[in-house]
Formats: sequence, structure tokens, C-alpha cells
Amino acid sequence: MEWFLANIDFIAGLTGQHLIQSVVPLVLAVVLAVPLAQLARLNRTVGAVILTLSSILYTIPSLAMFVFLPLLLGTSIISPVNVIVALTIYAVALLVRSTLDALESIDDGVRQAAVAMGFTPVRRFLTVDFPLSIPVLFAGLRVISVTNISLVSVGALIGVSSLGTLFTDGLFRSFPTEIAVGILITLVLALVMDLVLVALERLVTPWRRQAPAKGSTPETVAVEAYRVGA
Amino acid sequence: MTTETSSRSMGGAARRPMIELRGVTKTYPGGQTAVNNLSLDIDRGAITVLVGPSGCGKTTTMRMINRMVEPTSGAVLVDGEDIADRKASDLRRSMGYVMQSSGLMPHRTVLDNIATVPRLNGVPRKDARTRASELLEVVGLAPDLGRRYPAQLSGGQQQRVGVARALAADPPILLMDEPFSAVDPVVRQELQEELLRLQRDMAKTIVFVTHDIDEATILGDKVAVLNIGGVLAQYATPEEILRAPASDFVAGFVGRDRGFRHLSFQEGEGVRIHSIQTIEVDRLGDPDAAVTSPWTLAVDAGGRPQGWVPQNRRSAIRSAGDLVPGGSLYRRGDTLRRALDAALSAPSGLGVAVDDEGRVVGSVRAGEILELIEDARVSRGRANYNTAV
Repeated sequence: MEWFLANIDFIAGLTGQHLIQSVVPLVLAVVLAVPLAQLARLNRTVGAVILTLSSILYTIPSLAMFVFLPLLLGTSIISPVNVIVALTIYAVALLVRSTLDALESIDDGVRQAAVAMGFTPVRRFLTVDFPLSIPVLFAGLRVISVTNISLVSVGALIGVSSLGTLFTDGLFRSFPTEIAVGILITLVLALVMDLVLVALERLVTPWRRQAPAKGSTPETVAVEAYRVGA
Repeated sequence: MTTETSSRSMGGAARRPMIELRGVTKTYPGGQTAVNNLSLDIDRGAITVLVGPSGCGKTTTMRMINRMVEPTSGAVLVDGEDIADRKASDLRRSMGYVMQSSGLMPHRTVLDNIATVPRLNGVPRKDARTRASELLEVVGLAPDLGRRYPAQLSGGQQQRVGVARALAADPPILLMDEPFSAVDPVVRQELQEELLRLQRDMAKTIVFVTHDIDEATILGDKVAVLNIGGVLAQYATPEEILRAPASDFVAGFVGRDRGFRHLSFQEGEGVRIHSIQTIEVDRLGDPDAAVTSPWTLAVDAGGRPQGWVPQNRRSAIRSAGDLVPGGSLYRRGDTLRRALDAALSAPSGLGVAVDDEGRVVGSVRAGEILELIEDARVSRGRANYNTAV
């Protein structure tokens, strides 16, 4: 605790860097994965290529990616850009698949109705298909958010500053307190991010917060009550 | 078919049909033909029902009218204009569309769902919502439902919202694809009556797809019966289809009780109403309140029928719960079908006739109704020598 208070500025700085390196890929992933998923849905061949490629990319170990990317991007090896790009690739690879599932799970009746009412394809995607895929999209984002927060730490091995620095530094100096603080803050960060995503999802999907049609709720409640009673 | 169309248009200021299908064929890539060289004139301001078994191409036919399906050959004209020349999304916005599953947008409120097409046409949100809340009332829904989401409505309410949405931009044409087949029979009848009520004011050109011949004859001004493979089997008024099916297929599709169903088109005005003995339910417990005819009708204080009292079991019937249940009711002025059903379904053989408030006015007898039917048949046979069967 003393160590924590004494180094609060240092730790806050690392937390900030950690956050940037995990949140930026998340945002970029949404921007890239949603159009890619739509592309995959419209054309089967393109879709097969996108899905295969994303599976392959996902199997590359993160450390290898961190070391390899500077050669490709021309960045310095300790630049956070490497981590951001690498995590964006992973996030896109995961998100394309779940967004595709989300778009394909939309009720065909709703889609037909949109066509019948005279939506243009672009408008239909933006105002019907995309909003309806948000719940599945967020399920994917929550998984990726946790993965990102843990993966960012790996970057510390090659010298990119993040909460992972506390692990490498603590290990190097045989100072368990520093490692414990690192673990604790990482956990808190993951939890807070998850809560933020849940809140955000609720905010942008108001239709899911409403009670279902009258008649169905009391029945369900009655069944539950019966089970509890039995 | 051709002669009827031309005689009709000569009578009514030579109006062009609203929708004309000209030798339309739809063959799917697998080689399967859904619609085969179909020509059909769809009257302006009337309900035209496309009916047939599954696989007869009725939905495909309807979807070629708004270009959700493009014909392989042939042309579809709307208001005399070939729709292939129009932008598909614009064309669709000029036609309301109601489908079987309501197809409402789950992420939009009822009001915004109804406002969809006006919004696509660039109407400001506020104006579109004002119009939408007016339409809620038109289709018989409470204004406060407007703020709900579709999942919070019952199936019948969702279908009503679907109709309101189709009407929102006030299109001259409504396409309805089995809109009432997913709701229970009671709600379906309500929705059918509602549609006919609305249509009396709106006079839209409605194309209605169903597999239910009863629904077709209730709603249609004209009915097109389609056979498997999208071949037109008969196109006529519902009465004519029931009275004189053009082929064995049509006769078979219309069903075994088509003669009975045809009675729906015969006015029951001439049915004689006999007096009937009644007893008030409150007096059932009084042993001195005797009944003198073999069957006496028990009524409540308002004169509405409650059930029957057979004379030989009078002593066993002490309260409303002991009554023999009655059959269907014949409202004065209903069709012969209703009159006959009332007589046949009553345990006493006496059909209960009621007035518009549901008060008993007397009884009708099956024998007399059958005589009326026979008289009508004979006179029609004389007037229409070659079609009477």
C-alpha cells in the first residue's frame, strides 16, 4: 500500500497507457469489422476469404506479432502503435465472425418488410440490419475487451509501457507487491470496462429494456413460482 | 372473364384497371415455374383476392407487383405504366405492404414503425409521428400504444400496426400477403371486418393473398383462383366461384360445403319470423311458472337468449346453470347461411332470431329457410339458364 501510494503517478500513467492500448483497438475493430461482415454476407466468395483470413491471423501468437509488426509498419519496437495494430487485428478477426452471425440472425420477416417498404440497401443496412445486430455485437465486444486488457500486458515484454510493466519490473526486482498491484489493477480495469460496455449496450438498445407483451410475463412468473414451491 | 371486365368498364366511364399483369411468367433458376403466363386485370378501388393451395405462386404474383420478384417474361403495368421502368424503392413506397408475420421493426416504437414510409419519403419526423398517431386511431388502437415496442403488443395488435404502417403514406395500392393467417380465428374475423370497414372509406386498390377460400369469399370483390404452377383457374366474383366453379380443380378447392357457403351471398330478408314462448331466467326457480310448448326459450331481464327449457324436463331446471345450451343466433337481416345455421344448431330445431341489440324477436324454421333457398335457385335458374347447376 505504501509502495502504491508512493508511486501513484507512475501507476496512473501506466493505467492510462494500458487503457489506450486496449480501447483504441476495440473502437477500430467495430469500424472495420461491421462493413467487412456486411461484405462477407453479400458475397459468399469474399465471405469465405475474409473468414479464413481472420482465423489464420488469430492463430499468430501475440508476442510474434509485436515483434514482427515494427518491421512491417516501420515503427519503433517499443511504440504502442504495434500493440494497438496487433490487438485490432485480433479484435477484427473475432468480431467479423460474430457480426456476421448477428446480421444473419435478423428475422427474415423484418428484412422482407424493409425491402417491401422501399428501403434502399444502404439505408436498410444502417437503420435496420446494423441496429438489430448490436446485441450480438456487444456480446463479442465484451469478450474482446477482456482479452485485450490481458494481452496488452504482453507488450511489456518488449518494452511497451502498460500495466504489464509492473509485472516485468516486479519480476526483475523480485518485488511481489508490484506484481500484485499490477494484477489487481488489471482485474479492476477489466471489470470496469465490462460494466461500461453493458451500460452502453443498454443505452443504445432501448427496445430490449421493455417488458414483453402482457400475458407472457405473469405466466412465466407463475411457472417460476410453481418451481420454487415444488 | 373478358366479357365481364369489358361490360363493367363500359358501365363505369371506361376506367383502366389499376394493375395489369400481361402474360407474366416467373421461372426460378432451378427451372421451377412459379407463375405461368398469367394475365390479370386488377380493378381500381376494389379488393382482389389471389387464392390457391401452397405452390400456386400467389405470393410470387403479388411480389412481382412491387418488384420484390422480377418476372422472367411478361410485364406488369400500374396505372398504365410499365413498372420495370420505375426505381424499385420508389415503386415500393407507393404501395402499402402487409405481411403474415407483422414484420414490424423490433427496435422502433409503434409510432416510428407506422411513420417508416413517410420518413423514407423525407417527411419531417414530427409530422410523420403526428400522422402515425392519427392512424393508430384509424386501425382501432389506443394512442398510448404508440410509445411501446412491437414485442409489447399482442399478435392482433401487431397486425393492426402493420396495416397502419401500410396506410401511412396514403398509397393508392395495398398489397396484403396472408396478413391475418397467423392470428386466432376470433381475432381474424375482427380484422377482416375492420378491413372491410376501412375499405368502405378508403377505396384502395387491394391485392390480398390467402390460402383460405372462406377469407377470399368474405373479403374479395373479385377472386382469382390459382392452380399449382401459377396457372389461373378462375377469375370471377366470389359468388360466381361458389355457384359455378369453372373446373373440377376450383370445385375441389372451394370445398364440399360450397353450396352452404354460397348462402352467405343470399339475403335473409324473406325469412319468416315466428313468435316464441319465453321465460325469464329469474322465474326458473318458481315451480308455478309452467311452460306450455315443447321447447321454451329462457331470456335474461334484457330479453337476450340464455338457453332452452324442454317441457318434459321443466321440473329439473331450477336456474340458468340447468338450461340446455342454445345454438348460433340469427340477427334479423343476416344472410340465409346464418339463418339456416341458427335453425340447425338449436337443440329445439327453432333458430333464435334477435334484433341488433341482441333481444329475442322470435324463431326461424329450417324447413322454411330451405324453401326460400329452393325458390331463389329456381328463379336464378330461369334468369341465368346456362350457368345454373
